[in-house]
Amino acid sequence: MSKASWLQSPLKLEKRPSDSQKIAYLSPVLAIALTLISGGLLFLFLGHNPLTALHTFFIAPLSDVYGWTELGIKVAPLLLCAMGLTLCFRAKIWNIGAEGQFIMGALGGGFVALQFLDAESAWVLIPILLAGIVSGMAWAALAAYLKTHFKVNEILSTIMLNYIALNALLYAVHGPLKDPNGFNFPESALFADAALLPVFSDDYRLNISLLFGLFFMVAIWTLMSRTWVGYQIHVLGEDAAAAKYAGFKQKKLTWFALLACGALAGLAGVSEAAGPVGQLIPAISPGYGYAAIIVVFLGRMHPVGILLGSMLLGLTYMGGEMVQIEMSLPKSLTGLFQGMLLFFLLACDLLISYRVVRNKSVNVSVAREATSA
Amino acid sequence: MDIDLITNILYATIRTGTPLILVALGEMVCEKSGVLNLGQEGTLLMGAVIGFIAAVTTGNLFVAVLIAIVAGMAMSLLFGFLSITLVSNQVATGLALTIFGAGLSAFLGSSYVGIGIDGIQPLAIPYLADIPMIGKIFFQQDPLVYLSFILFGLVYWTFNSTRLGLKIRAVGENPEAANAMGMNVHGIRYMAVLFGGAMTGLAGGYLSLAYTPLWSEGMSAGRGWIALALVVFASWKAERIMLGAYLFGAASIMHLVMQGLGFDVAPNLLAMLPYVATILVLVLLGSNSIKAKLSAPISLGQPYRPQL
Amino acid sequence: MMARLLLKGITKTYPGCIANKDIDLAVKAGEIHALLGENGAGKSTLMKIIYGVVKPDSGQLLWEGEATQITGPSHARQLGIGMVFQHFSLFETLTVAENIALGLPEADSKNLDALSQRIKTVSEHYGMALDPQRYVHTLSVGEQQRVEIVRCLLQDIKLLILDEPTSVLTPQEVKSLFKTLRQLASEGCSILFISHKLDEVTDICEGATILRHGEVTGDCNPQAVTSQDIARMMVGDDTPLTENYEKAEGDLSQRPTVLNIRELDFKSDDPFACALHGLNLEVKQGEILGIAGVAGNGQDELMSLLSGEETCANDRINLLGQDMGNWSPARRRELGFAFVPEERLGRGAVPNMSLKENALLSSSHKGLLHTNWFNKGLIKFDQVKQLTTTIIEKYKVKCGGLEAQAKSLSGGNLQKFIIGREIEQNPKLLVCSHPTWGVDIGAAILIRHALIELRDQGCAIIVVSEDIDELYQISDRLCAICDGHLSPIKPTRDITIDTLGQWMAGHFNTDENTNKQTEELAHV
Repeated sequence: MSKASWLQSPLKLEKRPSDSQKIAYLSPVLAIALTLISGGLLFLFLGHNPLTALHTFFIAPLSDVYGWTELGIKVAPLLLCAMGLTLCFRAKIWNIGAEGQFIMGALGGGFVALQFLDAESAWVLIPILLAGIVSGMAWAALAAYLKTHFKVNEILSTIMLNYIALNALLYAVHGPLKDPNGFNFPESALFADAALLPVFSDDYRLNISLLFGLFFMVAIWTLMSRTWVGYQIHVLGEDAAAAKYAGFKQKKLTWFALLACGALAGLAGVSEAAGPVGQLIPAISPGYGYAAIIVVFLGRMHPVGILLGSMLLGLTYMGGEMVQIEMSLPKSLTGLFQGMLLFFLLACDLLISYRVVRNKSVNVSVAREATSA
Repeated sequence: MDIDLITNILYATIRTGTPLILVALGEMVCEKSGVLNLGQEGTLLMGAVIGFIAAVTTGNLFVAVLIAIVAGMAMSLLFGFLSITLVSNQVATGLALTIFGAGLSAFLGSSYVGIGIDGIQPLAIPYLADIPMIGKIFFQQDPLVYLSFILFGLVYWTFNSTRLGLKIRAVGENPEAANAMGMNVHGIRYMAVLFGGAMTGLAGGYLSLAYTPLWSEGMSAGRGWIALALVVFASWKAERIMLGAYLFGAASIMHLVMQGLGFDVAPNLLAMLPYVATILVLVLLGSNSIKAKLSAPISLGQPYRPQL
Repeated sequence: MMARLLLKGITKTYPGCIANKDIDLAVKAGEIHALLGENGAGKSTLMKIIYGVVKPDSGQLLWEGEATQITGPSHARQLGIGMVFQHFSLFETLTVAENIALGLPEADSKNLDALSQRIKTVSEHYGMALDPQRYVHTLSVGEQQRVEIVRCLLQDIKLLILDEPTSVLTPQEVKSLFKTLRQLASEGCSILFISHKLDEVTDICEGATILRHGEVTGDCNPQAVTSQDIARMMVGDDTPLTENYEKAEGDLSQRPTVLNIRELDFKSDDPFACALHGLNLEVKQGEILGIAGVAGNGQDELMSLLSGEETCANDRINLLGQDMGNWSPARRRELGFAFVPEERLGRGAVPNMSLKENALLSSSHKGLLHTNWFNKGLIKFDQVKQLTTTIIEKYKVKCGGLEAQAKSLSGGNLQKFIIGREIEQNPKLLVCSHPTWGVDIGAAILIRHALIELRDQGCAIIVVSEDIDELYQISDRLCAICDGHLSPIKPTRDITIDTLGQWMAGHFNTDENTNKQTEELAHV
């Protein structure tokens, strides 16, 4: 006789024949909504009015023009890093190293900037930016070399390179690049005014790095959607066996994607040092390289999505500062919100390939009578 | 360099290697079952902060360690739900866990920074502790270090002489076949992931309750990642994890050695050593890819959904 | 007599398709019963339902007369049901004994030494010698199948289900398997034998149930009806039963050589791969060369070397007068090479990409890139679209349009698409790996005709297949590969099935006479 009845849940997952494009774009919206709800609950738990708190976190920072320009300052590095990461992630190269490439960009560019403390011409920006870009590329090149020559997993190598880059920066600002007149603070001297990126208006800090971001957003998108190399990167990421079958050069593509990402992250780093910060400090990056990973997932590797994602993630930084000032909550709420957002997104992404259906009642008409045949 | 210094260095090596052993053993079990949990760094931080808060609140270190373990398991349960039940991408989910854990631990611990506690004290084992050198190195450690020896034995035994070990390996190699054989693939994977989380939570507790009895943001300093590399380095073998962890422990306390030898090297440069060592180890392994291919669990990182 | 297993009205639907509809099936004790049907007829799903891997939507199952819900494979095994899947459920990094232990109840497998002894005893009793200490990845496919069968036999087995057991065996191995099965049946074990090969079924089975499109189309005693009748039940009324393909005309040796392989040795980095030893091969214009062999005997390695996914010393492989052993795949394609790999999804086509994008995958050298922009940097999307439309129409690919993801197509339609894509490149040499494996008969016929037509246009074609019937149908010359060695190549009509079987087992030096002797020897 039948022993156990088959385990039943009222809902079940069913694979879709083709992935749902609609859900792919809807999923981030859903994830943001869930993050807001959870955030509201969290604030409630901490004894604050959730609506006021969410308002303080997400809306108050953008209540004036200054707020928007500050957002622009945060969008620029996020956008640059995220576009670079898009190339890598498309190829399923899990480059977690944008953070380290960002720091090395700042350090390399900063080193050059510190050689021109008396500069008066804006031409000095060219070697500074180039040094930043090249430093970021070099850092990414290490990961590319390790991957293509020694098959070192890029996740581990880039994470390690991030820690090494951070320690290199710390070493520099504690040692050789420390401002001799800086009261022994671990900071470099302030860069010359000519060595800072031009701002749009003297009233605000927003500088032309946002234009770099927008330019490369368009450039990388064109590369991905119209060009043969972009197509190859896409195939490599989707199906390495097919890429090999078609004869695409995996190592070359890996180098290309990593170097491009390193260049963009390096540019972001040097723009930060030679921009809003204006010197080298230990906390030159508030985690832009990691946040950009979330941006890429959230933005569906689509430029418009990535722009919106950069704005949202940029906002979490401003919100964190805002709730610290206004409600004396820890600034680390930023990281918490970022983590939650990515979690909810990954969970919602399940619905791209699966749909939830009601479990058909499996009332298998099991005959209770023994049959004689 | 005198004998005392060498003894002290080896003593510190064991202490420094212990959290790596715990995380790496847990991750190894997890990976053997086919699940790649890249969220160990975040889990480690959560174990550390929750354990520390528990210690401050209850004043009981034993309870604090238990709560750290539970925190680690909670984190891994979250990971397991997403990556096993919801078949999400394991790499992305692991990264999310790390980002989330770093954020949440910083948030929870923000009002505990700068508080000091009396951490877990060393416990000399009678008689054994009196052996010259060896006694100091191995038998005057704190209880969690001894626990790491026991856990190593347990994991080693499980994979070398039990049916459970065989089952975990089977699920990690070929989940379809394991399912066809009647094994509960998801059940076994959940168990492995939870064990990994418990081990990492314990390691977090070790950091904030024994190793340096305090909480500071990001105090794990990449140990979760180094442990991941260690598993690869060890070719998924428990005995090699022990060896590797102590090697890394030694690399991490190079500043002690340097000071002992009278060298003056910038601390930030020495702090790079464990990370550089990790990369070097991965390079050495990469040049022998055939061996790596034979020892890695075949379905590592592949989500599995049974066909119903 | 009461049926040991009786199915009544079993139905199972998956999104978008009905796998089983209202299936009735009865297997008697000690009977060898065939479940026949084409690929995709629903045989495998039905087997999985019996074994408890898949749960039916409705219907009832009676085991030894009692209505039973089989909750899972372990339950099935408790009842005495054993199954050997087409894709073995083995763990390559474990030993034979460990593999078998995992499939047994814990009490029986505690002591591995005792278990090893039992494995030896049982396997020898049934003429299937096995070494319990060996690692599974060191075994041949035939030996792996023995592990699966022995695993079932170690329990008190009453019904053994075999899913397409002969597809991975040489003709001689098939004979020995059938001997074992007869012995088992005579001892009272029922056997459910899944196949799509009629001659095997008439050889060994006493009863047969035929499936088509998920429904039962007939029940019969295969020894009492003609294979014509069975075939008709399998494929339906509107499909031709026999296909005749013309062989290439004239003296092949007079034709120009397209591909020439000389003394090719190869050892891959992959520890699981098979090494190739001194391969020599010549393919002429306008011929189809068939390569038979059991999977894992070097076919994959040879294919990769031809396609350029692996490389070797340059002068080992010569295509159209050019040494190209170390050329990249792209360069070979420009010279006129095309390749249909065995893995359709995940090599021949990118599962998550659209058909349009997949059309571009191997065809970029056929004018799909702008030459005047960034040195072939930009894609001509109009042309790609046109090409995709052509392939879909010409090769009758059923799909949801140009933007449909490759993974949404059925196996047969995807294979038509890939073959179409390769043929549309007007290749001088086309290499096809398992061109009709797992596709329905309609698609198979279309594909074979496309290959014949291409051959008649002067293209040289290599077909690697495990389907011996297909090789006999379409090949002009035939050879076999075993353990990295290639047999002699002879015109198809000069090779008996016995010789080919010997070749597949690695005995290349036998001619027709010695052949008989070895066979007699095998029987002693």
